[in-house]
Amino acid sequence: MLLNQFLILGAFLFAVGVYGVLARRNGVMVLMSIELMLNAVNINLVVFGVQHGVVSGQVFALFVIAVAAAEVGVGLAIVLLLYRNRTSIDVEDFDLMRG
Amino acid sequence: MLENAFIIPLIPAISFVVILFFGKRFIGAGRVHVVGITALGLVWVLSAVAAFQWTQRVEDPPPGAIVQLEAHVDEHGDQRADEHGDDHANDHAALSQDHSKDGHGGGHSSPLIRPVISTFSQWWSNGGVEFAVGTLVDGQTVLLLIVVASISLLVHIYSSEYVKGDRRYVHYYAFLSLFTAAMLFFVMAQNIIQLIVGWELVGVCSFVLIGHWWEEKPNTDAALKAFLTNRVGDIGLIVGMIVLWGTFRTFDIDAINTLISADPAAHHFALLVAACCLMAAVASKSGQFPLHTWLPDAMAGPTPVSALIHAATMVVAGVYMIARLYPVFYEGFSIGSSSINLMAFIGGFTALIGAALAFAQWDIKKVLAYSTVSQLGYMVMALGVGAWTAAIFHLFTHAFFKACLFLGAGSVSHAAHHTFDMRKMGGLKKDMPHTYRTFVISALALAGIFPFAGFWSKDEILLGSLVGQENSYPLMLIFGCAVALMTAAYMTRVIWYTFHGEFRGEGHPHESPKVMTVPLWILAGMAVVAGAFNLPSPVLEPFGLEGLAHRIQTYAEPSVYLSGLGLSHPDPSLAMALVGSALAISGILVTYLYYWRGMGPHGMTQRNRYAKNGYTFLENKYYLDHLYNDVVVETVKRPIANWANRFNQNVLDGAVNAAGETARDTGRWIYKWIDQGAIDGSVHAAARGADSSGEGLRAIQSGKVQNYGQLLFGSAAVLAIVFVIVV
Amino acid sequence: MVAQNIFFGIIAAVVVVSALRMVTTRNIVHAALYLVAVLAGLGALYILLTAEFIATTQVLVYIGAVMVLFLFGIMLTKAPLGNVMKMTGPQWPIAAAVSVLLAGVTVYSLIDHFGSDRLANDGPVFRTAHVSDEVFSTYIVPFEAVSVLLLAALIGAIVLARKD
Repeated sequence: MLLNQFLILGAFLFAVGVYGVLARRNGVMVLMSIELMLNAVNINLVVFGVQHGVVSGQVFALFVIAVAAAEVGVGLAIVLLLYRNRTSIDVEDFDLMRG
Repeated sequence: MLENAFIIPLIPAISFVVILFFGKRFIGAGRVHVVGITALGLVWVLSAVAAFQWTQRVEDPPPGAIVQLEAHVDEHGDQRADEHGDDHANDHAALSQDHSKDGHGGGHSSPLIRPVISTFSQWWSNGGVEFAVGTLVDGQTVLLLIVVASISLLVHIYSSEYVKGDRRYVHYYAFLSLFTAAMLFFVMAQNIIQLIVGWELVGVCSFVLIGHWWEEKPNTDAALKAFLTNRVGDIGLIVGMIVLWGTFRTFDIDAINTLISADPAAHHFALLVAACCLMAAVASKSGQFPLHTWLPDAMAGPTPVSALIHAATMVVAGVYMIARLYPVFYEGFSIGSSSINLMAFIGGFTALIGAALAFAQWDIKKVLAYSTVSQLGYMVMALGVGAWTAAIFHLFTHAFFKACLFLGAGSVSHAAHHTFDMRKMGGLKKDMPHTYRTFVISALALAGIFPFAGFWSKDEILLGSLVGQENSYPLMLIFGCAVALMTAAYMTRVIWYTFHGEFRGEGHPHESPKVMTVPLWILAGMAVVAGAFNLPSPVLEPFGLEGLAHRIQTYAEPSVYLSGLGLSHPDPSLAMALVGSALAISGILVTYLYYWRGMGPHGMTQRNRYAKNGYTFLENKYYLDHLYNDVVVETVKRPIANWANRFNQNVLDGAVNAAGETARDTGRWIYKWIDQGAIDGSVHAAARGADSSGEGLRAIQSGKVQNYGQLLFGSAAVLAIVFVIVV
Repeated sequence: MVAQNIFFGIIAAVVVVSALRMVTTRNIVHAALYLVAVLAGLGALYILLTAEFIATTQVLVYIGAVMVLFLFGIMLTKAPLGNVMKMTGPQWPIAAAVSVLLAGVTVYSLIDHFGSDRLANDGPVFRTAHVSDEVFSTYIVPFEAVSVLLLAALIGAIVLARKD
């Protein structure tokens, strides 16, 4: 197997995740797309771990999974709070920072 | 005590926990100050013991405390390879004792005493890098221990009256203790990681205490400003520390200093980078230009906290850090061989602008705050010209009289209905005799009048810039002399407005209770005698007391690190002392004539356009706040968003408008420059420039997070493309 | 070798199609299910890479816990389950351009740099025991930090989401 098979798959998933974050209007969908990006990173970590014969890659992938879990928890709480306060989770609606 | 110095910061830390968690329930909210004062009393006693033991160590060094001087200079390379070990007891530095550099006078007659280093254990390790934790105690540390403990103890006592009945009395005392603990931890840091930790702890405590009365918006703003401005410098701190680690592969302060002093020229460029980065950190923490703007706003906190911040803890952290890592700065900025450098210039410039700003303030605490900015600039300038001892000596004396001035201002406001506006004071001399006398004593000390403490330390700084190292520092000498004159003048102005003339406030002012005046008198006493700790020897010779000369230089200076750099001490000069005194006295005299006798051009700021513009410029603090808020912050806050579908209208329009505005402003500026003088024109141009750049960038901001995201990822991709093409 | 490549091809196809469908579908519950497919596909890839523990964790944490959280999030925010709400904003062409640009530069530099490097076949195989050894010795401090982070996230989520 080529190293690049996995790396390019990761790059593709990352780009798809970026598209999701930038284009989707639903707050929950944005969070899901972020998960996609995090998973793309995980592929790279595991593949390079295998390539270099070290276990650190897997360990860091584990940490990423743990951090992603924390991120989803807090992110969904924020989305919930937004929904409660604004009765909408459409990110287009939130432009309080408009100059 | 020197080996177990960790106990000293531990005591106030425990006091913090006890007060915070048990204060209200078990001790009683009104009695928590007992815990804090007891803890600080203990700290003070232990610090005194430590100081005494250190003097013993210098006078009568135990075996192993003296640095073994290596005769074979060419073996340095082999020696240093072994020095990274953890065993400091055997870590005899290979120092080149190059006395040929000690050109004028001084030199190191005393033996080079090693600091007491205790490494307790590896704190943690990660990826093969080990982080130790321990204490490094030398003369410099014990000096700061004494200063911090003394000021903090007196502030604790004073506060028990000043903030009595405050709704967050418990929190106040808890964080006062933590603040002290953080500073004590900082001064005895053994490695640069601990320096960073202590530095940040001090920062966060100051944030909490400045925002103590957070119900009012200005106070929270001030706390945030202090915190965020410090964050700017912290970037510099961390980058600088990383550069140091990358250069020397160790976090150990002792090892870094020893390595540099053993071979000063080895890493000049790396040290220059590190010193510049660390200088940014110092600028934010010690209120140096251009990051000094948070310091006057920090006056929003309770006055005793201001005293603590300005005299002993927060702001001297930056100066202390320079002194602690002095070889880095000395080599990085080539202090020994230059006649002007970044540190000396920033220090001198800060001293000058701080003193100038102090004239335009009506808030007594703000005058004192700018005075602190100015005096800190003095210290940094002293370090910048190579006068290490003078800087630390000035830190020492300044701590006492500045604390006294702040507590005095607090006493005034305590009596006069909690106002700090000098226009609502006046004539307090007869009502508040104790406050008046201590305030005048400290003001004289600050102005540098013989024989008060400030005279001796200021004189040493001026002398240091006059003589310099290899070259003198003429510009710094001019700055220093100008500041000496201005300091005396603005302090006289404060005394006039506060204590003399007619009372302009409401109600009946009264003297503060003993709990507040006794600390004032103690500090005033120190303001008188603190100069005695580093008297030059010619002063003492007639009395046969030469042995007591230069005590701070003998005990506090880390000559073990500095000797390798060839740092020299100037000979005392009577002429310089006379010039310094003459400047201070003339400053007082001019102000005295102006206010008391009503001589001089009164009402000039109303009549004369130039003077008025200059005054407005000062009143607005050089418009630095406007620059930061309106241009820098707005630019960052309003990035070029939504440009895809608005590029045509907004950006081009905005650019055209901005260009037009700028052109118009330029025209106006020239007009005004010819017509009304440089100050007025430049001020207006600056203001309008800020306004138009804000307006121009305003329209480009949509507030939608996804637009920002597109910009972020898009620019990341573009940068990546550039990177791929270039590399 | 060939079998591995065949499996990789199948899994990659599933992952790519599901990922694309996830960010383009109009139904948010479908999007969540496509995300499950992506995550499961990645779990299978980890098995292919002999990272058994990561694969297990992937299934347990992502498909087990995170996906349930997402479904709860969808439910609690009463997101329109049908095609009622427009799921994609008007700026989607820019977003697409940005991500294509990003993918292009990444893929280009990957091919440029790694070319046809082969994945090391004879490297050590790390079982769960090796991973745990590493986590609890070399990386014990980051591990503790992560546990504190999770606690902080837990408290933060409760504080944010509770009604008061």
